[in-house]
Amino acid sequence: MIQRSNPEPFTEHPASSPLTIHDMTVAYHRKPVLWDIDYNAPKGRLVAIVGPNGAGKSTLIKAVLDLIPRASGDVKVFGLSYRNQRSRVGYVPQRESVDWDFPVNALDVVAMGLYRKIGWCRPVTAKYRKIALEALDRVGMAGFARRQISQLSGGQQQRVFLARALVQDADLYLMDEPFTGVDAATERAIVAILRNLRDTGKTALVVHHDLQTVPEYFDHVMLLNMRLVATGPVQEVFTPENLRKTYGGKLALLDRVGHQMTLSGGGQ
Amino acid sequence: MPGILAQTLDLLAGWRPLDTWIVVTAALAAMGCSLPGVFLVLRRQSMTGDALSHTSLPGIVIAFLLAQWLNKLGWISPETYETARHGVLFLGAMVVGVATAVLTEWVHKLGRVEASAALGVVFTTLFALGLILIRTAADNVDLDPDCVLYGTVETVVIDTLAGTGVPRAAVLNGLVLLVNLGLVVIFFKELRISAFDPALATTLGINATLMHYALMAVTAATLVAAFESVGSILVIAMLIVPAATASLLSRQLWLVIVLSLAVAGLSAPLGHVMAIVLPPLIFGRLGFDSVVDASTAGMMAVAVGMLFAAAVFLAPGTGILARIVHHAVLVVRIAAEDVLGVLYRAEEAGMASKATEVNHLLENALKAGPLLRGLAMRTLIREGKLVHDGAIYRLTPAGRDAARAVVRSHRLWEAYLAKHFQLAEDHFHDSAARAEHYIDSGTRERMAEELDQPGLDPHGRSIPKES
Repeated sequence: MIQRSNPEPFTEHPASSPLTIHDMTVAYHRKPVLWDIDYNAPKGRLVAIVGPNGAGKSTLIKAVLDLIPRASGDVKVFGLSYRNQRSRVGYVPQRESVDWDFPVNALDVVAMGLYRKIGWCRPVTAKYRKIALEALDRVGMAGFARRQISQLSGGQQQRVFLARALVQDADLYLMDEPFTGVDAATERAIVAILRNLRDTGKTALVVHHDLQTVPEYFDHVMLLNMRLVATGPVQEVFTPENLRKTYGGKLALLDRVGHQMTLSGGGQ
Repeated sequence: MPGILAQTLDLLAGWRPLDTWIVVTAALAAMGCSLPGVFLVLRRQSMTGDALSHTSLPGIVIAFLLAQWLNKLGWISPETYETARHGVLFLGAMVVGVATAVLTEWVHKLGRVEASAALGVVFTTLFALGLILIRTAADNVDLDPDCVLYGTVETVVIDTLAGTGVPRAAVLNGLVLLVNLGLVVIFFKELRISAFDPALATTLGINATLMHYALMAVTAATLVAAFESVGSILVIAMLIVPAATASLLSRQLWLVIVLSLAVAGLSAPLGHVMAIVLPPLIFGRLGFDSVVDASTAGMMAVAVGMLFAAAVFLAPGTGILARIVHHAVLVVRIAAEDVLGVLYRAEEAGMASKATEVNHLLENALKAGPLLRGLAMRTLIREGKLVHDGAIYRLTPAGRDAARAVVRSHRLWEAYLAKHFQLAEDHFHDSAARAEHYIDSGTRERMAEELDQPGLDPHGRSIPKES
């Protein structure tokens, strides 16, 4: 079922793989929404996570980050548990996940990416504000640093989120739909930054909705629909047949078994 | 009116140190509450504050019973009883605060009930439990339900700290305020991120769930301290309304916090003065002479509500008044731009020197009525864009530049519509007459670029160049 056309992740020692997911199942109310995911992320690549609505794309990212519990399986980041590698992982949540009326400005939001580095109970000093401002400059938003975030357009808000991820200076980035609802200029800016990250050896897993731009923007792809349909380099895996498998409706039996697990209270 | 003022001053002439202590205690309690309140409001969990003020009741009762029991067992001496009682009280409230949050989450997840419904189930049940406990333990506990519900700020001076004239309640609420201020200053960054983006906070190692529980515990402790002064129901007003008012006034978190403190602090003197003055003024006049004063706590809630209403009306930029002014300015600007357009077109038609024609156009070609037209023309004259020379209105050079921009916007928009819309030619004008007031030079430049620098509009009239 799962095609692994790309041998590269296996030629390296597993410890150096940015993200290893082993037999992970995630359930809501005992009903699995992600079944038995086995995955090795290739280092220094841009990976698109693609699949229909309800395929579990955001769930996968959140389960990796321990934001929601896993029913089974484990996750390794550069060979160690995520707990010990938090500083090496940057997270860009969905833009809609926060309240944009919150009384903070763009610079405040970007500086949040530095909170771990700054440490508990210490203030955000001028040194850190400078770093945050540089990151805003990288996403073309330096002129908006003092702007209250509700006064930014959707694309500008997304760039602020991206700048916040940049200051984290992580090695593995997990981004949840950074391209949703942004203007063409922002889309170009995000792509440029992603490529820049890749060129400096970083890995990014990006939930992406626009199938047309997948081959242009990404090196690898993960096709997901409650299960892993296929992963590997875009030119090998991003085929009409695999896409049909991914988007051709859920597996009826998978749904049925999941439903029965919910009813009988098992499924762990 | 002078009668009312004199009566007010007369009533306030009776102000005694007692009144000052009431105001100080109430202000400290309100300010202490407003700090956790800011974060509850920002997290959109205002109703959780309401819930906590109810669920603290069983916490208080259990803590009371526990303290008495320990006293009976001889574990705490009578001398330290009073201090220990407060300690146990705070502890009980904090435990109940966290328990409320945890229980609500359980009911939400296990019962698969919507979050606010889960909160509703938990806090009413715990409150009822508290009431039952008070009833059954009433013989053993010197706890009066009335004083929990309504507070006893009027009698604060009865219970003073030994040796000083300072009411115990003032000290207690002052300490709570200090602790809360300290917590906000120390954990400012952590509170901010876990309120704004809990998921990111958690991935950065700032556990948002724990921060939530901590906030619940601090809120519950603060509420318990404030209960004695303002009562368990009105305390909600102090928790939420100052923060809601401040959020209307500022878009910066630290300023929201400072303003919340100010609003909360102000509500105490306002409330107390109103409690003294209003009943005789209102009820005295209605013939109810027996009503001589009202509850200070109740009037504080009214006062803080009035401050909120004032903020809704007066908030800079977003308030009702600001929006009315903004709209009025816009209406005058649009009328003025229409005047400029009329005069520019008159010049184009070679009629600018014919007073009768120009006046006829100004009176008939504008949508604005005579009043608005007069206001618009006076504005233009003041801005040096229009002169009234002899019997005729003329554009100054500056006015002509401004008019050219308006007409250019109008005709570019028509050309733009002609390219992209399937519209009859006589439909262009109305749309352009609306749009011309909102098109700035940057937009004009982009439009002209897209249309390949057109010289004529769809009606064949020349589009003036940018000045």
